[in-house]
Amino acid sequence: MSTSTTTTPSRWERFRDSYLWYSFKRDRTAQLCLAVFACLVVAAFCAPLLAPTDPYDLRHIDILDSELPPFWIDGFDERYTLGTDAQGRDLWSIILYGTRVSLLIGFGAVILQALIGVTFGLMAGYLGGRIDAFLMRLADIQLSFSTLMVAIVVGAVVKSTLGSAFYSEYAVVMLILIIGLAEWPQYARTVRASVLAERGKEYVDAARVMGLRSKRIMFRHVLPNTLSPIFVISTVQIANAIISEAALSFLGLGMPETHPSLGSLIKAGFDYIQSGSWWITLIPGAVLVVLVLSINLLGDWLRDVMNPRLYKG
Amino acid sequence: MIAFLIKRLMHAVLVMFVISVLAFAIQDNLGDPVQQMVGQSVPESERAALRERLGLNDPFLVQYGRFAKNALQGDFGYSYFYREPALEVIARHLPATLELVFAATLLIVLLSVPIGVYSAIKPRSPISRFFMGVSIIGISIPVFLTAIVLIQIFAIGINVTLFPQDISWGAWLNATLSTQGSMPSFGRGHDLVHVVGHWDTNLASWDGIRHLVLPAISLASIMLPLFIRLIRAEMMEVMQSEYVKYARAKGISMRRVYFVHALKNTMLPVITVGGVQIGTMVAYTILTETVFQWPGMGLMFLDAINRADIPLIVTYLMVVGVIFVVTNTVVDLIYGLVNPTVKLTGKPA
Repeated sequence: MSTSTTTTPSRWERFRDSYLWYSFKRDRTAQLCLAVFACLVVAAFCAPLLAPTDPYDLRHIDILDSELPPFWIDGFDERYTLGTDAQGRDLWSIILYGTRVSLLIGFGAVILQALIGVTFGLMAGYLGGRIDAFLMRLADIQLSFSTLMVAIVVGAVVKSTLGSAFYSEYAVVMLILIIGLAEWPQYARTVRASVLAERGKEYVDAARVMGLRSKRIMFRHVLPNTLSPIFVISTVQIANAIISEAALSFLGLGMPETHPSLGSLIKAGFDYIQSGSWWITLIPGAVLVVLVLSINLLGDWLRDVMNPRLYKG
Repeated sequence: MIAFLIKRLMHAVLVMFVISVLAFAIQDNLGDPVQQMVGQSVPESERAALRERLGLNDPFLVQYGRFAKNALQGDFGYSYFYREPALEVIARHLPATLELVFAATLLIVLLSVPIGVYSAIKPRSPISRFFMGVSIIGISIPVFLTAIVLIQIFAIGINVTLFPQDISWGAWLNATLSTQGSMPSFGRGHDLVHVVGHWDTNLASWDGIRHLVLPAISLASIMLPLFIRLIRAEMMEVMQSEYVKYARAKGISMRRVYFVHALKNTMLPVITVGGVQIGTMVAYTILTETVFQWPGMGLMFLDAINRADIPLIVTYLMVVGVIFVVTNTVVDLIYGLVNPTVKLTGKPA
């Protein structure tokens, strides 16, 4: 390969030569965070293999086993390493399943946000004019209300309209829709800002002179050049989406207790904290914090590497 | 300036209009007032007559016009649960929330400015690194979890047995790390001092302040890291600017350069972000008040959702909408006043 100058390096080789990989090799925090995050993701999606019991299966649950403490406290039961919750479910199993639900909603909501936000951001930035003014005004208004507020209100209204039973049954889809719709402006703004910078460049003019349609120029030519800020905010947005989901579940507008996410586990355990069973709420809480913290630290690192000029807040 | 003011006010009115249409649409689709007013035994014909008399068969726009007219006069209908005007219910719960937000804001301002400035002046010092580390952890902990941890430590108490009890230092560490847990963890307490109207304050008695401490810390914990990082980043940028270098070259004492020259320009973006974030805190009061059973608007809103108390939900949305719009408009105006370089009317310079 070194003999020929015309062969372009493969994707993998380009990646290994990149600054991204170089700085990853030198950053212990980023390596640790990626390792922790990867472990959590793998553990969560292998939950059915790793969990000793199936927490969704009522036959395995014995109410007499409820509120057993984790292994380092006297009175624990050998069958339940991390203890049990108020319904007698194995805490280790239910946390694995709960993390899976939280991650699923987090990723789903971010994909939806990105789809809406990137499309609107491209349209606003590239087409300009009235569409731009309208979309950005909409984004401004929505952002000024804070995404959490929008999510809570939409969640509350949807739940009252459709009824609790229906809402609980489709909670995963509902939460993805609600969080996705509440947080698209972040993407739209970021994408619009980079599109405005790209729009005046010569390759865009060239594409237009060739007679390509706007849609093709937007998605095939401009979009690839706006990817790095999209990656940077995506990490933070996943962390935010997971926190939003936990907050909604904590308020009773999210996952039902029969099919809990980390947020609903914390909510369910909170009722028992006064009676001394702190582990039911604080162990899922700790998992949630480790998950979000590792994503946030990765996001910080990625922002420093890919976009050093944007170092703010 | 006047053109800017008018433009901002028109924007505010437009936003309130959109919110009111949304709120009305919610009310129109969710609640059936006839169902609420009459019992099961009332025949369908009478229901239809009542429906006609209440104007529920009118077109959407006519009904919205009536709703908007009443709303402008402060009439949002009766809360199903409290059986009194919805605005009255909100007014009773508002002071508790405002005091909570006030206490949290006080904490944020008093802590974030010194910490942010210090970690900008000495970015490599261990203390700055410690605060930056804590702030990223702080961002990653949801507000309700902070609240729960605070309750566990300061209201319930923890009994640490991690270190060996038979060695002297182990016993000492266990005793030091354990907490008694004597702070109140729910409600506003009974020692409230009446000020005026619906306003009973927590701030005038020792017991009241003790009840306020944990909720205020929880609420502040979500914004504090953001502010520290924002102030630090802005301050570091300002420190690089020409006029600061010039002030230093002139031989002005460093303290004066930092706190008089640099800090002024640091606070400009902090005002905009800060003002908006204080509005945002209303959303987080829902979570904080739920954990601490703080009898404010947030808890009332959540109860209203669980009771399907539609008029109260709609009124809450309108009131929160007004709070957001007013804070945003005021923040924009203040920013225009303190920073004369900003283009007020959006005209090209």
